[in-house]
Amino acid sequence: MIWEIFRRDRAGQPFEHAGSVEAPDAEFAEAWAREQYGRRGESVALWLVPRDAVHVVSDWADEFDLKYRRVDGYSIKARLKEARERTSAGPR
Amino acid sequence: MNEPLLGLADDELVIGWRDSEWTGIAPLLEEDVAFSSIAQNEIGHARALYELLADDADALAFDRPLEEYRCAPLVELRLMDWAHAIARRWLYEVADEIRIAALMEDDDAAIAGLAAKINREEAYHRMHAEMWRERLQDAPQFRAAADDLWPYALGVLPAEQRESLATRVGRDEVDAIERGTHTDELAELWNEMTMVRRSAPAGAQW
Amino acid sequence: MAAVEIPGDEQAFLAYVQGGGQVEATDWLPEDYRAKLVKFIEMHGNSELMGVLPEREWILRAPTLQRKLALTAKVQDEVGHAQLIYRVVEDLGKPRAQCLADLISGKSKFHNVFHYPTKTWGDVGVIAWLVDAAAIISQKALLKCSYAPYARIMKKICWEESFHILHGRDVILAMVTGTPAQFELVQEALDRWWGPLMQFHGNPIPADEDPMFLWRIKSQGNEEARQQFLDGYVPQILELGLTIPDANLRKRDDGVWEYSEPDWAELKSVVTGHGPRTADRLAFRARYLEQEQWVRDALAA
Repeated sequence: MIWEIFRRDRAGQPFEHAGSVEAPDAEFAEAWAREQYGRRGESVALWLVPRDAVHVVSDWADEFDLKYRRVDGYSIKARLKEARERTSAGPR
Repeated sequence: MNEPLLGLADDELVIGWRDSEWTGIAPLLEEDVAFSSIAQNEIGHARALYELLADDADALAFDRPLEEYRCAPLVELRLMDWAHAIARRWLYEVADEIRIAALMEDDDAAIAGLAAKINREEAYHRMHAEMWRERLQDAPQFRAAADDLWPYALGVLPAEQRESLATRVGRDEVDAIERGTHTDELAELWNEMTMVRRSAPAGAQW
Repeated sequence: MAAVEIPGDEQAFLAYVQGGGQVEATDWLPEDYRAKLVKFIEMHGNSELMGVLPEREWILRAPTLQRKLALTAKVQDEVGHAQLIYRVVEDLGKPRAQCLADLISGKSKFHNVFHYPTKTWGDVGVIAWLVDAAAIISQKALLKCSYAPYARIMKKICWEESFHILHGRDVILAMVTGTPAQFELVQEALDRWWGPLMQFHGNPIPADEDPMFLWRIKSQGNEEARQQFLDGYVPQILELGLTIPDANLRKRDDGVWEYSEPDWAELKSVVTGHGPRTADRLAFRARYLEQEQWVRDALAA
């Protein structure tokens, strides 16, 4: 079985995906993941998750242009430039 | 010179040397990496023990004549099939646990302290050995290998600790292959282990 | 940002990766891209694995406990890299067992340097310092590989390789400041390894003729890598009092290194399986693979 390995770099950090290990069971997966992702002291903790247990979500519907929900939906630059130009031109 | 401690140090050095013979050729890459860590730990233990016994750990490790090494025959054997290599790992770890536990009670604080450190690192080795033993216990190759190595395993420990080993391993005590007489294999190992070091004068830096 | 959509046709895919886009194992990949990718990554995995063999005997012969530990850790890393790399190949559809079978049969290749013998402790230093340095230059360029799973493992690989170069340099420094005989060991090893080192990055192929570059699997041309190696390491080698066995090696005023033409015929011959140690190393590997098949079977049961 394939096990996805998540590692926590140090206290306070989230678990991040680090790679995968093939192992017959959790015991072997642990022994081998400890080595591959911890022998140089680079991880404080690991999560081992059978690949089959991972529920993948990777498609989104974006039919209506809901720009306000995204950073690129705002054109701050142009308006800020205009505001600054007005200000430097003198009081209203 | 504390003979039992030197024996332990030499056991760790030589089994670490033997285990590193599997570098690159273990049955799985994942295991190759794990086995290599164990070998490094054993050598690390040897070094720490040599440092307790002498000022120059490298000199003690490498510069003695063959007959002054105190390792047990079990670790000297060249075992290049996995069944034997793993069976030795397992038997050695069980034996080691018994003698390390005794050393943790030593009157000398430095020895007791080092034994405790070694013990904590060995927890991982025991987990690893037990994991493999469970997986291979019914394989005829593994059973035959454990049978072969059993008398040698007993020889790792002083007589009074052998019953404990037999109980833990679930076998009857038999005549042990005792420490004291080295195998031909140790001579070969020693030659290879020291050939680079001997190529320069004593005290040369590497 | 809207979710990135990987284009479903080859031209659009090409534009996407050439624009810096990256893809994952689950994305649609053009057949040619996938095939070249697998071959390239597989060769890397094979090289890490075969690289263990020239070095493992020296673990056993290391002259101090510290060197023994450091060399064991270095070689352990190489095996770990092979594991990471073959996992990536497997997720692209080629199982590890097939990779190993192709390696042993000679169907797939591994880098030139691992086909040569190691003769002395001097080789240990030269390999850890200079061969790994040459490799890390290529590997750093792969951090931008268009295939993201490979780019990600390269990060870990590069981090671990940096320890190797430190170790190698330390081994060399101890010897060049040791006895005259020890200095000679290093010089003699360098004399033997210089040729293969100069061949290592491959013969210069213009970027626009190199499919690996076009697909952005590699982001650096062969000659660029070699120049980077020379720039970084020739001064370091010379400052130790060592000589480089190439009378034509010099840096031009425009910063470009000139050197004697590497023996490309030798490179081709070696990489296609005719190196001095190719056959016996593959046989050694094959022997243990076969011998321990029962163990893998027992784990799969």
